[in-house]
Amino acid sequence: MPKITLSHLETAILLALLISVVLGVVTKKTDKERLHYGLYCFACFIGTIFGLGWLMKLGHG
Amino acid sequence: MADKSVAAALNPKKSVPIMQWVTPVLVGWLVPGAGHIYQGRMQRGLLLGISTLICFLFGLMMRGAFFEPQSGDLLTTLIYTGGNFANKMVGLPYFLATWLGYNQPDVAGHVHDYGTKFLAGAGLLNVLSLVDAYEIATGKKD
Repeated sequence: MPKITLSHLETAILLALLISVVLGVVTKKTDKERLHYGLYCFACFIGTIFGLGWLMKLGHG
Repeated sequence: MADKSVAAALNPKKSVPIMQWVTPVLVGWLVPGAGHIYQGRMQRGLLLGISTLICFLFGLMMRGAFFEPQSGDLLTTLIYTGGNFANKMVGLPYFLATWLGYNQPDVAGHVHDYGTKFLAGAGLLNVLSLVDAYEIATGKKD
């Protein structure tokens, strides 16, 4: 099994993508709703990642 | 008589036979996404299975550790026993990895730490898939 090293950002984006796919598939009833919800979740994850990232940067100076 | 039918209409709870849902849930636990494929939801099953397996494989490649049940204070018990449960919920990939000798110790480092979370997260993603497979099998969902 090869070993990989990902940065914090890459790992967070990958996890956000995988969780968004699953949440989109299991939550809604039609394919269109699933796609929209998956994209919405992914956008929320990315927004939170960058939002919290900037908060931490500003908080720590 | 009329009262009973009104009561039944107002309270539509009915038990679903276990045989109706146990096979798709069991199959879905062993092979992520297979519970949906078993019920004819090929596309959704593949999406769920591939997402869960990618999460698990990245966890292995980042050399994450599997949780071992531990007792002690409430938080320790909750994290380690819950983590062990989450690891096992991936099904066959987890048992295959341990059978093939994967035994990464819990070491410091952000990559290892993310790997551990990916391994547990894969199991939790499969739990979501299993709930969905159960709802499809019992007719609560299409």
